[in-house]
Amino acid sequence: MSKPRVAIFDFACCEGCQLQIVNLEEEILELLGVADVVEWREAMSEQSREYDIAIVEGSITRPEDEERLWVIRSGAKVLIALGACATIGGINKLKNNFDLQDVKKCVYGKNANMHHLDTAMTRAIDEVVKVDYKVHGCPIDRKEFTYIMRCLLIGKTPEIPEWPVCVECKAKGNPCLWEYGQVCLGPIIRAGCGARCPSSGFRCFGCRGYIDNPNFDAAKDVIEKYGLNIETLKSKMVLFGSRQVPINE
Amino acid sequence: MSKNMNIEVKHITRVEGHGNIIVNANNGKVEKVQWQVPEAPRFFEAMVRGRSYEDIQLIVSRICGICSISHSLVATRAVESALGLEVSEQTDLIRLLMHYSEQLQSHVLHIGYLAAPDFFGVPSVVPLVPKATDAVKTIIKAHRVANEWSDLIGGRTTHPVTLKPGGMTTLPSEKQLRDLQAALRNTLADLGIIAKIILSVAGNIPHFERPTEYVSLKQINPPTYTFYHGDITSNDCSGKTVPVKDWHKVTNEYVVEHSTAKWTKWHRDSYAVGALARFNNNAELLSDGAKETAKTFGLQKGCCNPFMNTVAQLVESVHVVETSIAIIDKLLTKGIKPEKVTVKVKAGKGTAAIEAPRGILFHEYEFDKKGTCVAADICIPTNQNHANIQKDFEKLVPEIFSEGETAVRQKLEMLVRAYDPCISCSTHMLDVKFVR
Repeated sequence: MSKPRVAIFDFACCEGCQLQIVNLEEEILELLGVADVVEWREAMSEQSREYDIAIVEGSITRPEDEERLWVIRSGAKVLIALGACATIGGINKLKNNFDLQDVKKCVYGKNANMHHLDTAMTRAIDEVVKVDYKVHGCPIDRKEFTYIMRCLLIGKTPEIPEWPVCVECKAKGNPCLWEYGQVCLGPIIRAGCGARCPSSGFRCFGCRGYIDNPNFDAAKDVIEKYGLNIETLKSKMVLFGSRQVPINE
Repeated sequence: MSKNMNIEVKHITRVEGHGNIIVNANNGKVEKVQWQVPEAPRFFEAMVRGRSYEDIQLIVSRICGICSISHSLVATRAVESALGLEVSEQTDLIRLLMHYSEQLQSHVLHIGYLAAPDFFGVPSVVPLVPKATDAVKTIIKAHRVANEWSDLIGGRTTHPVTLKPGGMTTLPSEKQLRDLQAALRNTLADLGIIAKIILSVAGNIPHFERPTEYVSLKQINPPTYTFYHGDITSNDCSGKTVPVKDWHKVTNEYVVEHSTAKWTKWHRDSYAVGALARFNNNAELLSDGAKETAKTFGLQKGCCNPFMNTVAQLVESVHVVETSIAIIDKLLTKGIKPEKVTVKVKAGKGTAAIEAPRGILFHEYEFDKKGTCVAADICIPTNQNHANIQKDFEKLVPEIFSEGETAVRQKLEMLVRAYDPCISCSTHMLDVKFVR
């Protein structure tokens, strides 16, 4: 069997998730042994229109990017959304909370109406084309990326955690950050990161997106227990654009 | 030889972000040479409006995946300046360690993965794997150590989670610091090997010079090869400095039609920032090993060959590792002590500058009395290099025109790569004040 051909593409993002692929360090040599990376603009000058697996990083914010994404999708047997900007819109979705004209004016002032500075509402990749697999996180977890790639190469469906970050955080024996006055999104955000941020004493800010059935009522109970304002929780919940309207009060 | 030339490089490879190169020549006359930046703008400065002071570094860190630590650090310091928070010496040293880990990670990434393939005449590092396995593995190893180092101090390799206004959320243990120090000693040896590899192909670094204004931080008290403290200077300042809060007088940003990133100029039509700028302004303050490395490559203060920026990065890699070994000694001598941070929120405006791997980076924020962000202003190193890349293009193309289209195209791509541009960063700035 010939090696599957992999191409890596990026849209509006910080390219930090591609960097995590580079950060596989020695393991990347193993990846190159089982797959042919045929296009990867950030790291290689080689280019190809022939590929089986397209890995797409970033969100879609302009009409021309949407067209480019359609072309990529039509050429790929499998499409993987890489990182929060691609899977849930990520930090780019914060922009959607403002009037777009106002956003442009804020950044480019009197030049805001120049055509090349146009922008549209931010969308995650699956809001534009079909996505086969998602690698969550901002940035992605390198181990999860290799796990998903490995599953894909041997024809197995990867299992992505359907439980909240709190489960992993508790298993690590971390003290709960709510006890320290931090508004941590651990109770409603998808695990799989090993609770890295709370383990460093930093609240979960939701970069892996919500679990499929988040217990918002429990989140509200926690807010009440700690005597906090629901607006504070809502403000933290839109940070990574998981959903723009998080809670029905 | 053809007297006509039409080069259109759409989305130049092996750089962070999207840039285009255009060259048109007719009958031997160069009609158009242009460096274009079509990157999708992401409007960060608009998005921080209405956010709490606690969330700022978390958001703006996402401006860049390669230099997320620089963005997080400078944002945290700007917030601290706005809130009037002072940090302890221990916090300052630990943050500096974090900052140096990113310099090493970013420089090794650029030297080894992005720039070196040009020196070897291959399209990427991939064909080098079977040909020069040991060399590639040494580069990977240095890169891994840098990432493990970021991971230890920052909680993650990219987008750190240990910074908070006033201090750190978590501290490395003394044992972890001792282990890191041992790893860094090995890295020094690996950097020596990498230097030899680059030196063996240094003949392929193009000879090109254009007198340039170089802008960087300068720290006078105590005199330091600074990435972190100090004021702004350039080789046009006769040794004088400009306070960081007056950074607008330095950047003078403007919008051009073929770029979603803004451009800058100071004393001349353009200026450069980055490793070569820092070297040109502060070289005498480098660590001994770094000075030695510069000497091996014949890199001297006053160098105005932009292609030598990659060599300056190598010199700086040695410097940050040697300096960090000394910082760890200092921390261990005093012992790591837990700290309690109290933040009193108040209205205010704060500015900070830092040397990101690609050059000087400015962040400025204004908060209301509840600590909610009402104004932000960010200027990124690559923005400050765009005009200079254009000016280099304009001088370089006529000089090498007779070498033909392939060579011109290749050298222009190499030139852009030498600046190690971070293009997605550069499309996220603003100079317009806003009121909520």
